[in-house]
Amino acid sequence: MSGAAPWDAERAREIIAAHLGLEGPALPILHALQHEFGHVPEAAVPQLAEALNISRAEMHGVVTFYHDFKREPQGRHVLKICRAESCQSMGAEKMARDFLACLKLDWGQTTPDGALTVEAIYCLGLCSHSPSAMYDEEPIGRVDAVRLDELAEEAKSA
Amino acid sequence: MTKIYIPRDMAALATGAKRVLAAVQKEIAARGLDVEIVRNGSRGMLWLEPLVEVETPAGRVGYGPVKPSDVASLFDAGFLSGGAHPLSIGKVEAHPYFARQRRVTFQRCGVIDPVSFAEYTAHGGYKGLDRAFSIGPEATVAEIAASGLRGRGGAGFPTGIKWKTVADCPAGKKYVVVNADEGDSGTFADRMIMEGDPLSLIEGMTICAFAIGADKGYVYLRAEYPIAAEIFDEALIAARAAGALGKNIRGSNLSFDIELRMGAGAYVCGEETSLLESLEGKRGIVRAKPPLPAHVGLFGKPTVVNNVLSMATAPMILADGGAAYHALGMDRSRGTIPLQIAGNVKYAGLCEVPFGLKLGEIVNDIGGGTLSRRPVRAVQVGGPLGAYVPVSLFDTPFDYEAYTKVDSLIGHGGLVVFDDTVDMSWMARFGMEFCAIESCGKCTPCRIGSTRGVETIDKIRAGENVAANIELLKDLCQTMKLGSLCALGGFAPYPVESALRHFPEDFHKPALEAAAE
Repeated sequence: MSGAAPWDAERAREIIAAHLGLEGPALPILHALQHEFGHVPEAAVPQLAEALNISRAEMHGVVTFYHDFKREPQGRHVLKICRAESCQSMGAEKMARDFLACLKLDWGQTTPDGALTVEAIYCLGLCSHSPSAMYDEEPIGRVDAVRLDELAEEAKSA
Repeated sequence: MTKIYIPRDMAALATGAKRVLAAVQKEIAARGLDVEIVRNGSRGMLWLEPLVEVETPAGRVGYGPVKPSDVASLFDAGFLSGGAHPLSIGKVEAHPYFARQRRVTFQRCGVIDPVSFAEYTAHGGYKGLDRAFSIGPEATVAEIAASGLRGRGGAGFPTGIKWKTVADCPAGKKYVVVNADEGDSGTFADRMIMEGDPLSLIEGMTICAFAIGADKGYVYLRAEYPIAAEIFDEALIAARAAGALGKNIRGSNLSFDIELRMGAGAYVCGEETSLLESLEGKRGIVRAKPPLPAHVGLFGKPTVVNNVLSMATAPMILADGGAAYHALGMDRSRGTIPLQIAGNVKYAGLCEVPFGLKLGEIVNDIGGGTLSRRPVRAVQVGGPLGAYVPVSLFDTPFDYEAYTKVDSLIGHGGLVVFDDTVDMSWMARFGMEFCAIESCGKCTPCRIGSTRGVETIDKIRAGENVAANIELLKDLCQTMKLGSLCALGGFAPYPVESALRHFPEDFHKPALEAAAE
C-alpha cells in the first residue's frame, strides 16, 4: 500500500524488539512489520525466528498460514471484494468476475502499473449492505460495477 | 445544548456517515449553532444507515438514510427540534422494528457514546460487576449458570459450566479470552457490540476474571474489523482511566487488564483451540480435545474462551439476576438472541428477541422479504457452516434444539436470505470451496475432503455421472461430519447436504437441459 517504507533490517530489528515483552508476540510483530514495509519480506523471517528462538521453518509456517501477511509488495491501493454468501445473494460473484476480467486480473493480483491489488475477502460484517468491499481503509456498502470502475480509475491517479 | 447522534459503526461508515458528519459540521458552522455531535454505535436498523438522531424533549427522533445532500434540508426543516422531513422515522424507540425487540445484550448499543465511561455507568454499567463483588466469585458463577446462557459463538455450550470448570481449577495463572473472530457471513453482532457498547464487553470480561480468578484477558479480533479495533482500544483507555481496569478495580482486590489482539485473515481461528494457538503466535491449527481449554488453554493455563455476545451479556445477568434472563426464551434456549438478518432482504439489521420466533416471521415480518422483491427460495442460517433452509421449514422456531432436529444449526444467529435466482449447486460448491480455502490442514477429512467435494460438485454440475457422483458426495459429507477434528470440516457438509436434500433439482440441471433440447 502507499506509504510503505523500503526494507531496512535495522528498523525491523527495532520493531521486533519493541514487541518482545508481549506474551505470544509473533502476530503483533508480523502486523507491525507489514504496517511498516507493506508486506513481510523474506529477509524478516530469519530475524524473527532468531528473536523468538524458533526455527526458520516454524517461522515460515506462521507467516504463510495467515492470508493477510503478504510476501510481496502490494499495489499502491488494495481493493477487497467480499465473496461470502451474503454478498453472493446480492450478485457479488458475477460483479467481481466481470470486474476482474475487465482488469485482466485474478484474485490477489496487481495491475501492471502497480496501482491496484484486488483481493477476495470472506465477510466484512457489512452483510446488511451486500455486496460490500473495502478500498484501502474505506468500507463500502452496496458496491456495484460502476463504483468498482470508479475505484479502479481513482487508484491509477493517486 | 442540542445533541446530534451520527453513528461511527462500520455499516454507517460504509454508507457515507463520514461525509454526512462533514456536511452536518459545515451546516452547524455556517448557521452559528451550538450543537454537540455524539458518535454512537448503530441501533441495528441497518437499512436506515446512516441514521442521524436528534435529542428532543420528547425523546430521540431519527432521520435516515441520510445522504450528505440531505443535510441542509434537514436543518431547514428544523430537525434539531425533531421537525418533519421525508427522512424522519419519528421517535426511534417507537419504530415498529424496535418496539418488538427485547434488548438485553444490545440495550445500550446505539444509545450511548461507546467510549464514554460516564454514559456507560449512567445507563446501568458496572452494576453487574459491583453486584459480583458483593456476592463473591462462587455466587457469580452460579448466577451465570442460573441464567441458562449458552455460548453465542455457535456451539451453544452452557457458559456457567465453562466458568465453573475454570474456577474449580487450582489457583494460579488463568486467562479470560474473548473470541471476536466473527467470520460467519451474515453476522455482525460482535462487531456492533465492539463498536457500539465495548464497555459491556470489558465489564463482562472483568466479571469473568473475578469469578474464575484470572488477571489477564485477551480479545482476539478479526483483522476485517479495523473500526471495532479503533473503538475498543479507546474504550480500554477510558476504562483504565476510570479505574475499571488495572490494579484494585473499583476499589476491590481484583487486578485485571485486557489486551486487544488482531487476527490475520484466517476463518478457522474462530475455532477456540485454533484461536489459542494463534494468540500464542503459532499457525492457527486446531488442537485435539481433550484436554479442554478450560483445563489446558492459553499457554497451557486454564482458560475461559467466550464469544463477544456471551461475555457482553454477563453484566446484565449479574445486575438483574440470572432468573430474569432465564425467564425469556423457550425450552433449553434461554434468554435473547441477537438475530442478524442479511443478504437479499429488505430490512437488513440486528434484531434482539427472546428465542422461539419462527423463521418465517423473522424473514418476512421483521426482514420484510427480499430486497429484489422476488420470492424467497432459501435462507442460510448460522453462517457458512449452516444449512440452507427452504420456505417449507419456515415454521421452525429459533431454538438450538429445534434447528438440530431439522439438520440445521443456529450458529451465531446470522440469517442470509436468497431469492429464487440462487443456484443451490453453486452455493454447495462454494461451501466446499470455502472450507478448502480456510481449512487449517490438520485433519484429512477437512483438508482433502473439501477439495474432493469441489471436484465432485463440478462433475455433477457438468452432468457427469450425476447419480453416482451425488452418492459419492453424500458419502464424503458423512466422512467429513464424523471424521473431522473441529466444526469447520465437521459442519461444512451442512450447506451441501441441505442443498442436496431441499433443492435436488439444482443438481440435475445439465441433464434437464439436455433433455429439453
